[in-house]
Formats: sequence, C-alpha cells, structure tokens
Amino acid sequence: MKTVSNFLNRFTSLTTLAALAVLMVLITVMNPSFLTTNNLLNLLLQVTANGFIAFGMTFVILTGGIDLSVGAILALSSALSAGMIGAGMPLPLAVLMCVVIGAGLGAINGFFIAYGKMAPFIVTLATQMIFRGLTLVFTNGNPITKGMDGFFLAYIGQGYLFGIPFPFILMIIAFVALYVLLHKTAFGKSVYALGGNEKAAYIAGVQSNRVKVAIYTISGLMSAIAGLVITSRLSSATPQAGNGYEMFAIAAVVLGGTSLMGGKGRMSGTIIGALIIGVLNNGLNIIGVSTFWQQVVEGAVIIVAVLVDVIRNKRSLQS
Amino acid sequence: MKIELKNISKAFGVNQVLKDISLTVNSGEVHALMGENGAGKSTLMNILTGLFPASGGKIFIDGEERTFQNPREAELFGISFIHQEMNSWPELTVMENLFLGREIKKNGLLNNKEMRKQSRAAFNELGVNIPLNVEIGTLSVGQQQMIEIAKSFLSNLQILIMDEPTSALTERETSKLFEVIQHLKKRGVGIIYISHRMEEIFKLSDVVTVMRDGKVIDTKPTKDTNVNELVKKMVGREITDYYPHKNTPVGDVTFEVSHLESATNKFHDISFSVKSGEILAFSGLMGSGRTEVMRAVFGIDKPKSGVIKLHGKPIRIRKPLDAIRHGIGFLTENRKDEGLILDFSIRENVTLPSTRNFVKNLFFNTKMAMLFVRDLIQRLTIRSTGTEQIVGNLSGGNQQKVVLAKWVGISPKVLILDEPTRGVDVGSKREIYELMNELAGKGVPIIMVSSDLPEVLGVSDRIIVMHEGRIAGEILGKDANQEKIMQLATLGE
Repeated sequence: MKTVSNFLNRFTSLTTLAALAVLMVLITVMNPSFLTTNNLLNLLLQVTANGFIAFGMTFVILTGGIDLSVGAILALSSALSAGMIGAGMPLPLAVLMCVVIGAGLGAINGFFIAYGKMAPFIVTLATQMIFRGLTLVFTNGNPITKGMDGFFLAYIGQGYLFGIPFPFILMIIAFVALYVLLHKTAFGKSVYALGGNEKAAYIAGVQSNRVKVAIYTISGLMSAIAGLVITSRLSSATPQAGNGYEMFAIAAVVLGGTSLMGGKGRMSGTIIGALIIGVLNNGLNIIGVSTFWQQVVEGAVIIVAVLVDVIRNKRSLQS
Repeated sequence: MKIELKNISKAFGVNQVLKDISLTVNSGEVHALMGENGAGKSTLMNILTGLFPASGGKIFIDGEERTFQNPREAELFGISFIHQEMNSWPELTVMENLFLGREIKKNGLLNNKEMRKQSRAAFNELGVNIPLNVEIGTLSVGQQQMIEIAKSFLSNLQILIMDEPTSALTERETSKLFEVIQHLKKRGVGIIYISHRMEEIFKLSDVVTVMRDGKVIDTKPTKDTNVNELVKKMVGREITDYYPHKNTPVGDVTFEVSHLESATNKFHDISFSVKSGEILAFSGLMGSGRTEVMRAVFGIDKPKSGVIKLHGKPIRIRKPLDAIRHGIGFLTENRKDEGLILDFSIRENVTLPSTRNFVKNLFFNTKMAMLFVRDLIQRLTIRSTGTEQIVGNLSGGNQQKVVLAKWVGISPKVLILDEPTRGVDVGSKREIYELMNELAGKGVPIIMVSSDLPEVLGVSDRIIVMHEGRIAGEILGKDANQEKIMQLATLGE
C-alpha cells in the first residue's frame, strides 16, 4: 500500500485526485447515467481539446508566464490549413502545415517575450486579438468546409482505436512525450529553474531566451493539434473555434497544482485538472444545470481548489 | 531617553545567537558596538526595535519595561534603526520617502506645503542640502543615508542606531556624517554606532561594547581602552587561527583580463591576471566597481571592450553559459537573489550549472545527480537532512555552501567569489576558507571580491584595490595591511 501511495504522491497531488473522485461520485449519485460507457467515452472526447492546450500551458505557467493566445492560435492555424486543403493540398501535408503554423505563431509570442523583454500577459493578449482578427479576415467570418471530409482528417477527431476515441489516444501520446520532456530532460530542468528564479537560472547557464521561445512554441503547437481535433470533429474550420479556451486551460493547470508564480507544479497535475474541468462540464449538463449556472459553478470550484492549495502550502511552510 | 537591555538571549531553532546580553545606552551618548560579523550585533538591535522577539530577558526604557511589536512602533517611540542596506524606495522622491507611511494630510488630501516646510526645517537643522523633488535612486549612498537620518529626525528621534554607516561613504560624506552625529548628540539623542573601523570608534564614541559569539565581552569608556585591547577582545584568538594557513605554491598565469571597459561607465581599463593556485582578492569600497567587473567577466553584463584569456588563448564570453563552458564559476554576492532558487532542493540547486553532466542518452539521470550532490554535501559539510532538503530551510552559512557546491560541481578552471562569506557564521566561514585553499591547492585560480578587510588580509596571495571604477594599486598579501588597502581604496593612490 505504501509503495502505491508513494507512487501516487510522486505522480500527482492526492488532493486533486481525491477531488476528482468525489466529484465523479457526487454526479453519479445525482444521475447514474453519468457512469455509462457511452457518456464516459464522450467525456474523454470533450477533455481532449482542453488537454492538449493545458499541457502546453503547463510549461508556460511553470516559467511564471501565461499564454492568452492559445484559442486564437487554434483558430488561425486551423483556418489557414483548411484553406490549403480547399486549395488542393494533400491532407497529410495540410495537417503537418497546421502544426507548423501553430508552432510558428507560438514562437512569435516567445520571441517578443524573450527578446523584447515584454510581459507575457500583454504580448499574448495582443497576439490573441491579432490572430483572431486575422482568422476573421482570412475566413471572411464564415466556416471553411471545402474538402474537409477526407478520411485522414476525419480520423484525427472522430476515429476509434481499440474502442477508444483516437483523439484521446493522441492526447495520451502528447502527455507522455511532454511529461518526459519536462521531467526527464535537461530542458525540463531549465523550465523549472526559470520559473523558480530567473536571475539565478541565467547565471547558472540557463539560456532563458531560448527556453522561453521554446515553451511558447510548444504552447502554440499544442493549440494547433487541439485545433485539428476540433476541425476534424466538425468537418469544418470555424473562425470562432477555441474562443475562451485559454481560460479552461489555465484553470486545468491551476487546478492541477501548478503555481502561477512559476517553478512549482507537475504535468500529471494538469491532466487531472483537465479531467476535473471535463467532468464538471459533462456532469453539470447531465444533472441538468443550465449553462448559465455552469460557469458560476466552474468559477467557484477554481476558487476553492486554489484556496485549498494556498492553505496547504502555508501549512507545509510552517512545519 | 535611557535604554537598558537586561539579560537578552535569542535562539533561532537550536542556534543560540545571543546569550545573556546586558547593555545600557544613555541620551546624548555615542555607544559604539563592535564585534565580528555574526557576533550578534544586528540581531540585538533587531530585538530592541521589535523586528523579532527575544527568547529571554527584558528591555527597559527610562526605567519602564517595554517591548515593541515591530520596528514601526519603535520608531514612533523615537528609536530608529538605519540599516546597512537602506530601505528607501528608489522611485519615490526625497520628500515622499521622508513621509512614507506618515504623510501629513489636510481634508483627506496630502498637505505637500506642510511636508515641504518640515522637510526643509529638518534638512536645515542637519545642514543637509538635497532637493526634495528628485528620485532617491539617483542620489549617492551618503545622501540616502542623510535622508534616512532626517526621516527619523522628523519623528521625534531619541535613539539612533546605525549599522556600519560609513562602509559605502566617501571621505567627505563620512566627515559630514560625523558632524551630524555630533549635532544629534548635543540635542540629547543617544546613538548606538555599529562599526569595525577603529579610527571612527575612537573619534566618535563615549562608550564601547565588544561582542563576540553572541556575548558581551566588555563595556568600557572609550578613553580607557585602545586599539590592541579591542581587537583582542573582538577576535578572542590569534588572527592566524582564524584564517587557515595556505601553503600551496602559486603557478603560472592562467586567466587574464585586459583593458576591460564598462558599457555603462562603471569601470575603466581593468587589466589583471591570476595564476594557478593563487587567491587574488579585489578590495575597495562599496560601489568602487569590483562586482561590476566580475559580472562583465562572467558575461552577465556586456562590457564595451576588453580581452579575456584562459591559458593564453582569448575566449569569448557573451553570456554566463559561455563562461561556464570555459570552466569559470561565479558565486554572486547576493545568494537569495541570484545564487539560489529557495523553493528548490539542494540537489536541484547544485546541479543547475552542471545539468548537462547528468544527461545520459538525452535523459537527466536523477540517481547520478543525487550521488554527486551527496558527495558535495559531505565534502563541503553542508548541514542538512539530505540532497532533497529545500534550500530555503537552511541556515545562511549552509545556503552559501550550497552556492559554492554549485560551482565546485562544474570542476572550475577559474573561480570568482563575490563576498563569499557575507552573512555567514564564524564556523562556516572557516570551512569556506579551507575549501578555497583546497581548490587553490589543486591549481584552481580564485578571484575573491571582499569588503571584509581582515578576510582579504587573511586569505589572499595578492590584493588588487579598486577606487572609483579603476584599479588603484596592487599589493602582495605578505606586504599588505589595513592602512595600505584603505589608503588605496579611499584616495586611489
């Protein structure tokens, strides 16, 4: 038993995990249909888009930064690649282009933040407007549907592998890759160091500018993948796709125990955080809470979760 | 106002820093407080002014027992503490600083007219001439200090505590300060004057108290004692004991810096070289540009021009990583700000500059890092619960050793140490000197920036003294004494 709890402790905070379990039990009690295979598969599908973005956001927040442009990057990279498909580009290439564009847009954020020494909040707030605006300009405000029903694209968001939604499998692959990158490589160490104390990290040889560009690139890249999943599911790229997703992603990261001050947190917390947000969305729907009230509840849950975290930190500091 | 401290003791955890201290300060008297770093002087003053409570003992003011909850309360009572590092807000104007937290108001709005009037009156009384509407950050340390004094003067000053007030002052500023102190004394203000500088003690003080290892060794009228007696009481042992003997020879020139020129006018035409196994000290007053030179050498601030050579070959250092790749380590003067990530473990801190050494097939090998850090913990005698202890929970001395371990961990070819023993207890100090000797013994050239003169004299083979951004002179360790260094540092010749 001890080794199991040790493992869990190393993997994530038990409190977050317990919160997820309690939430699931509560919702099941109120409406048992929550626990049907069908609904759970549906839930996993709903979690994926936010999951991808939240994984990238974890890197950003660990350095003490923030990325408000993720939703807009999602929309712009989807729209541009959808345009390419409409113009006759082969699907696999267009999918690749989508990811490259997302990474590129993220790199632009990183470049201004690192070399322009600008506050991440301001830079990504501005690029959020720019990218969203460009999406509207490019799409003329209309969804792009031409040539969007090819199998390759459809499979990304709608396919099933061994009975599990393919996008969820893709998300797990992304999680494992980013988990290893963050926790098992020198790059990961420098991400933490940067968030812990940027000056000390720089003097110890961390190339802060490069690391910053890299993490915003990762964030952009993950947003583009989330965009692919959504585009595939809807068989169209819409100009309003991903609107407000930055808030869900930030919420997932914070619920997962990552400190907004940087330097503290884990990838595994984020996946639990994303699941909590997903269960809330899905569960509140199932028990018949109006969408208006859903927002209120989600906001309240975040406040409580972070408050618990603050109290716990204070206690561990005192002991 | 008369202050009596009776049997004050203080422990931080198991560390007993003050033991049964009694001290009396009368109004109109300058009471000098001497003792080495870590003797407990500042702790005692912090207890008096309410920064933290004593573990035992009582404080009497004019015969009445009293404890202050915080420094502000002490200040309102007339007891002000001017720290070495001043707490002014650099972006605020002189007047805003003077009235910070006790602004004078009229109908709920600031009454600038009245504040200006009072500021001028205080400045006149002290003979200070500083405009009221400039930002504090643009003023010299001496001027900032005058503002601090004026600030306490504005709030019913009875007892003024000054911690090493002249350490960063020019000669002219120092004599101005002494005038002000004499004036305050006449007005009946009691002054507690913490200093290491003998001349000042004998020039200014009426009574002198020597502290050592948290105890009062002696209190005497200044006229009844002399320099030798004070030094003996302060150190409590021969100085040769205190600095471990370095008996390793100095080799060939390994590291050279020539014609280094600051991009921001902080230093000019700096050329020096260090030999293998040599400990080279950089001495000088605060603000003389020593730290800035080292920051430029290490690639933190870009210099305007200059050449750096390692083993005779010019090397390019444009960022700290370049320096580290060439095997240069740099312990910065401010460990909390630039040396450590306080929330991180000893292992994470120590391995930061050498991360790449633990990467095997792309992956960071935590086990290898733990073993490596465990060795360093033993070698540097870092007192901790293990490699995973959070650095923020260690004592100052042990934190400093963690920073040292970081740089020892890169197997340095050149080691630059900026104030390596600042805020470090006596025992750890000695261990740090021993480590320096050990590294020098292995041929590592060490450059040490230090404001602690006995330390400079005690550990270095050669001393370079800086004055206002230039190298004022060079003295061999065996020929050096405090007077020679101070002369170069203050006069530049």
